[in-house]
Amino acid sequence: MNAALHNPPASSHGNPGYADICLEVRGLRKSYGSQEVVAGIDLTLRRGECFGLLGPNGAGKTTTLRLCLGLTDPDGGSITMLGHPVPLAAREARVRIGVVPQTDNLDPDFTARENLLVYGRYFGLSVARMRERIPALLEFAGLSNRADDNIKSLSGGMKRRLTLARALINDPDLIFLDEPTTGLDPQARHLIWERLRQLVGQGKTILLTTHFMDEAERLCHRLAIMDHGRMIVDGSPRELVATHIEPQVVEVYGDGAEAWASERGTQLSERCEQTGETVFCYAHDVEPLLQELEQQPQLRYLHRPANLEDVFLRLTGRDLRD
Amino acid sequence: MMAHSRHLALPLFSLRFVHIWRRNLLVWRKLALPSMLGNLADPMLYMLGFGYGLGRMLPSMSGTTYIAFLAAGTVCSSIMMSASFEAMYSGFSRMHVQKTWDAIMNAPVTLDDVLFGEAMWTASKSLLSGVAVLIVATALGLTDSWLALWTLPIMFVTGLAFASLGLIMTALSPSYDFFMYYFTLFITPTMLLSDVFFPADQLPPLLQDAGAFLPLSHAVALVRPLMHHTVPGNIALHVGVLALYAGAGFYIALVLTRRRLLR
Repeated sequence: MNAALHNPPASSHGNPGYADICLEVRGLRKSYGSQEVVAGIDLTLRRGECFGLLGPNGAGKTTTLRLCLGLTDPDGGSITMLGHPVPLAAREARVRIGVVPQTDNLDPDFTARENLLVYGRYFGLSVARMRERIPALLEFAGLSNRADDNIKSLSGGMKRRLTLARALINDPDLIFLDEPTTGLDPQARHLIWERLRQLVGQGKTILLTTHFMDEAERLCHRLAIMDHGRMIVDGSPRELVATHIEPQVVEVYGDGAEAWASERGTQLSERCEQTGETVFCYAHDVEPLLQELEQQPQLRYLHRPANLEDVFLRLTGRDLRD
Repeated sequence: MMAHSRHLALPLFSLRFVHIWRRNLLVWRKLALPSMLGNLADPMLYMLGFGYGLGRMLPSMSGTTYIAFLAAGTVCSSIMMSASFEAMYSGFSRMHVQKTWDAIMNAPVTLDDVLFGEAMWTASKSLLSGVAVLIVATALGLTDSWLALWTLPIMFVTGLAFASLGLIMTALSPSYDFFMYYFTLFITPTMLLSDVFFPADQLPPLLQDAGAFLPLSHAVALVRPLMHHTVPGNIALHVGVLALYAGAGFYIALVLTRRRLLR
């Protein structure tokens, strides 16, 4: 990777105000009217860590990010970001922060290059610094050959990559990403993931929200599942799967799956859940279950190890959130 | 409660507003020609059409021709129109549709900086409209006074006053349609009561009194004498009213925008 893109954090801007803790949140609360959207959150982010905030729509993820950025005032609790108290010194803290918002807000009147240039000015970057940095960022985003194209002609994935590049214009220590790959096709998602891994490899600290479990599982060292404004659990993806769910899952579909589940499924597995026409059977040992299913030609099934999505659904329930 | 009192805090001005101003300038440069035409065609056509058409039938007005009278009014009204369109339609696009302000506020720039940058930009752009009308008026021989150069700072403050009022509407607006109310209920009456097309003393006393409260009438009271080689009277009063609209209007716009975006 181009050396100009990344200055090692230790040498360039060691803010003595914070050592290893990039973000410290204690007892954070925020209500809108009678609804408590963030209901007492504690969160500690160490330098170099990729932390995922998972949760259904309306769980309070985006509000938590806005609170951390100082864009809205909390009703209670404290936030310290890169050594600065937030919201009091949020502006100063944002000097070393990069943000990829949930919906693209690139400047539609500008080219890719101009977007980076104008955004760099908001950080007070010198023309010389940007002249060095912008080509490197365009390369990072895979947009070197589209640098002078208008934003309107870029695909969704390209825009997302440009938004990520824009968030890096100030070589931030801490990067917030709010659902970075929502709405992207698989190719575009993989490319974003690869770039995020590069950033973590460079020692950047990342806080991302997502409701894609595979995204969280691939990228995050640690994650927390949020619901109704609270963090229900946190830990590494592996720990969460090991602690909160049986290790094996058998998904059963087909005619009569429901009847079969209530009769046999519940007996042969430790837990059975149904979503639509699919029955999910959870167990430590699924051999008896699989043998039984071999006898049921009308049913189709899929045996797989439990994953984060199973944990997520177990903890937040299977009801729709809108 | 804490959140509410912070929304009422006085504006914190900083030079960072220049970044927002420059961003808008860069966009404007790309669209300068159509933008200038759009801003100028309307006031110019009214000035020439009414000025020459209607002017033929009118006696001289306090020593000048009708079109010279109208030119000063047109300078001011073009500032009002340009500032109102910029602060409302363009401002709303940047705030609500494109979310440009949200993007800027993720950088180390505050909403106070953003709004001040928007107000300064709007005033600058409307100054350009006013200057363009002034140049045309000069070319047509409708003003030949060096005093007219004093209209430049007045145009800027006038632009700032209408920028602030427009930004209040932007902060309150659910959609573009909302701005029609402002144009119909405020801008059009302002045009008619503020000495732009005809001397306000032709109006019934009640309407004259109403006009005296409108910012545009104070801008006209300064610009018209200056364009006609006369030092205006009551300068402090007129400048004061314009500055009050600009200052108080900006504060109200800021509080409302904070309430809308920083909730």
